[in-house]
Amino acid sequence: MFSRRIFLKDGALALVSLGFAPTFLARTVEGMGAARQKVLVTIFQRGAVDGLNMIVPFGEAAYYAARPSLAIAKPGSGENTAVDLDGFFGLHPRMRSLKPLWDSGNMAIVHACGSHDETRSHFDAQDYMESATPGVKSTPDGWMNRYLHAQEHRKATPFRAVALAQQLPRSLQGTAPALAIGQIAQFGIRAGQNTDMVQSSFESEYAAAANSVLHTTGREAFDAVKMLKKADPAQYAPANGADYPRSPFGDALKQIAQLIKADVGLEVAFAESGNWDHHANEGGAMGILANRLTDLSQGIAALVRDLGDRMQDVVVMTMSEFGRAVTENGSRGTDHGHGNAMMVMGGAVRGGKVYGKWPGLKPEQRHDGRDLAITTDFRAVFNEVVRGHLGLRNTARVFPGFTGTERLGMF
Amino acid sequence: MNLRSRAEMWARLGCAVVLVAATTGTGVAQRRTDAVPSSPDDKMVVHVLNRLGFGPGPGDVDRVRRLGLAAYIEQQLQPSRIADDAMTARLAAFETLTMSTRDLAAKYYLPAQMQRREVQRAEAAAAAKPDMRSEISAPPAADRPENKGMQGERLVLAELAQQKILRAAYSERQLDEVLVDFWFNHFNVFAGKGQTRIYVTEYERDTIRPHVLGKFRDLLGAVAESPAMLFYLDNWQSAVPGDAATSMNMRRRRAGVRQQAMQPAPAPTRRRGINENYARELMELHTLGVDGGYAQKDVQEIARAFTGWTIDVPRQGGGFRFESRMHDSGEKTVLGKTIRAGGGKKDGEQVLDLLATHPSTARFIATKLARRFVADDPPAALVDRAAARFKETDGDIREVVRVIITSPEFFAASSYRAKVKTPLEFVASAVRAAGVDVRNGLLLAQSMRQLGMPLYMCQPPTGYSDKAEAWVNTGALLNRMNFAVTLSSHPRRAGSTATVVTEDQIASVVLAGDVSQTTRATVARATTEQQKIALLLGSPDFQKR
Repeated sequence: MFSRRIFLKDGALALVSLGFAPTFLARTVEGMGAARQKVLVTIFQRGAVDGLNMIVPFGEAAYYAARPSLAIAKPGSGENTAVDLDGFFGLHPRMRSLKPLWDSGNMAIVHACGSHDETRSHFDAQDYMESATPGVKSTPDGWMNRYLHAQEHRKATPFRAVALAQQLPRSLQGTAPALAIGQIAQFGIRAGQNTDMVQSSFESEYAAAANSVLHTTGREAFDAVKMLKKADPAQYAPANGADYPRSPFGDALKQIAQLIKADVGLEVAFAESGNWDHHANEGGAMGILANRLTDLSQGIAALVRDLGDRMQDVVVMTMSEFGRAVTENGSRGTDHGHGNAMMVMGGAVRGGKVYGKWPGLKPEQRHDGRDLAITTDFRAVFNEVVRGHLGLRNTARVFPGFTGTERLGMF
Repeated sequence: MNLRSRAEMWARLGCAVVLVAATTGTGVAQRRTDAVPSSPDDKMVVHVLNRLGFGPGPGDVDRVRRLGLAAYIEQQLQPSRIADDAMTARLAAFETLTMSTRDLAAKYYLPAQMQRREVQRAEAAAAAKPDMRSEISAPPAADRPENKGMQGERLVLAELAQQKILRAAYSERQLDEVLVDFWFNHFNVFAGKGQTRIYVTEYERDTIRPHVLGKFRDLLGAVAESPAMLFYLDNWQSAVPGDAATSMNMRRRRAGVRQQAMQPAPAPTRRRGINENYARELMELHTLGVDGGYAQKDVQEIARAFTGWTIDVPRQGGGFRFESRMHDSGEKTVLGKTIRAGGGKKDGEQVLDLLATHPSTARFIATKLARRFVADDPPAALVDRAAARFKETDGDIREVVRVIITSPEFFAASSYRAKVKTPLEFVASAVRAAGVDVRNGLLLAQSMRQLGMPLYMCQPPTGYSDKAEAWVNTGALLNRMNFAVTLSSHPRRAGSTATVVTEDQIASVVLAGDVSQTTRATVARATTEQQKIALLLGSPDFQKR
């Protein structure tokens, strides 16, 4: 059905990638035989992350004027200052673990990015971002599901699209098969010591089902169970000393890495990172936001380290429904805003650059006089990842109604 | 009844279909019970129990047989006349089900909100200390004693979800429950969107339930004025641009800076201007259907008509209010009809009248009901007759449903077991088939999540799909099999008592003998009764209704 990659099994190439530094960059991948599976890992930061404290515009005086208690100090001495990226933007100090990725040119950032829709409702904005049709509520499917249709794979496995979540997120909902798996170890029939008997009984029942939907799906389900059992993703302990945070997010990324390494045909994966809605006591270099950013960046850094060479074919993309107001509020937090920042990381990414036009943070430069303005539609970023990384030429079906022609040039 | 006589029965029915189809056109109502067989076989009784309700439980087939199929259908169409004391008793322990939204807000939501802020403040204080940086290592939120209020808040939705599944499993008013599910889903709201959650209990109980067999216009009007829908589709914020009320609010907000600083999480800024969400979904999903013949201009005009339909103090669970200062009092043109200036709240009422009597609405509602009761792609002739009945009766839902569930198409062989159960239908029918007594409905409600149909948590306004493809995916299908194993072999994990029926009773009565050779063979090989029941309830045969 698909070929397990020999080079990983015999470890010949894997041996080389022991360090964290993205050695996959330099490595030649020719002569590996089978066509390489591109993988997209999307991460949804639910709750609207404060993009201005995640990717800090320390070159803006207006940033410091607007955030007397929350601003991240300019890069300098000490571990609580912004991590300089390009002399104007910096990473939040708790995101230092991603700096090597930036340095090796494998991390791109798109700032002042988001949805032009005016809603400040988390629910609506997440819905719009996941359907990728801002303003249209009745879109039945998510953009990742439409991608699955737009680029049919003859040899697609049941694991082509997986959300490491209890429920299928809106992004993956639709008529193309997609899996939601809370824990991959739990996937399958669970009947204690009778599991084998019960499983084979159900399998034969569904193989004989006259109803074609039940018959086909039943076969797919048991194929998936057997495939997963054979591939045994659990055998892939984190490699290269990768240390995932012990959190739901870290756990999800670890399992995504296991699925990638087990070669079960994973192409698009989805993970969530929650709790970004900091209306009060957000904190600066330390505090609630800092803790969340630690979880986020250590998780991504662990995934990159764990995947080693395979990162050549993997792109990780973060998103969040909208940004937060430029000015901090009366309770040392930030209220719902507009523009935000997205991160795109991977072997094929032209990184080391903050993409997009920076609109500035002076009051007259802000959206509605209060928020970071949007200069890049989030769909332009999605679109470029789908075209540049997943290789789909015509993306009109994936992003209906999106007419933006801007090219960021991330790939 | 042997196989041959069953085949004959279906053949005779087939003739009936042809006959009735040939004579329809006028006076549909007079022949409405033509297709209900007077001496039905087990399959037909099971069919009716599967479609009008959530499947047969122990003794149901005999009961219907004694009563007569036509009488049973008629009885189900008049739910208020069916005694349901055991159901009432079972739900008596859930106090939130009968509380007003204002009381729910005062008792559960406002305290929870305060609690959240305190917890956030405490976490911020802890996080600011370097040695306690890891939020991740904090105990799970529910374990912390200060979170009592939050648990209370969750209790409201938990009780609501339990009552839904318990009613599906145990109510004598089965058709009523099917229709409450149908209409809630048709007018879906998502309990996860902000204040919507505090209104869902009231929405199902007072807005949907009283009207499920009434006039469509009454149901539509009740939904239009429900705070749940007003909040969910944002109409409560929709105001004529630059109106007095919102400007006043803005001034008040600016003037009250100091006061605001006392409230850590101020209400989201009220956006001035028209919000079209409700207007669009009102036509696309509630009435005309997406191809029902309207333009974007109609959306805009309807949105103008509904400006000022808002909620009185939403955070405290207030009710509907028409706020004339938010209303656009100018003239509107909707679907070619003029709505004169100065109508106030009547503007919206006129729009609802217009939509409720529009032919597209009759067709759209008829199609959806026929899909629910008959087949994923319902026969066109049936949809025609149901739509005609809708128009004839001024949108009387009981009459439309009656046409559908007594139609030849309903009893046609091609409709028999043609629907794949939704997760709710699967879980409720399994509980009924197994004859278990559910002591803790919360576990069943959690199973619904694993099966991909979390109750009251369907995000898009489209509601859950009523077609098979939406429900049969690999993960969810495996979870159905696992649910069958749990319910039969570890009933306590499903919150239930042990099964009281035998595998043979399920196969011969609940499934009316329609069990494939393969399923029979696998069941025969199983060594315990529990395993046999699991292999039946998880089988493809049991996924159909």
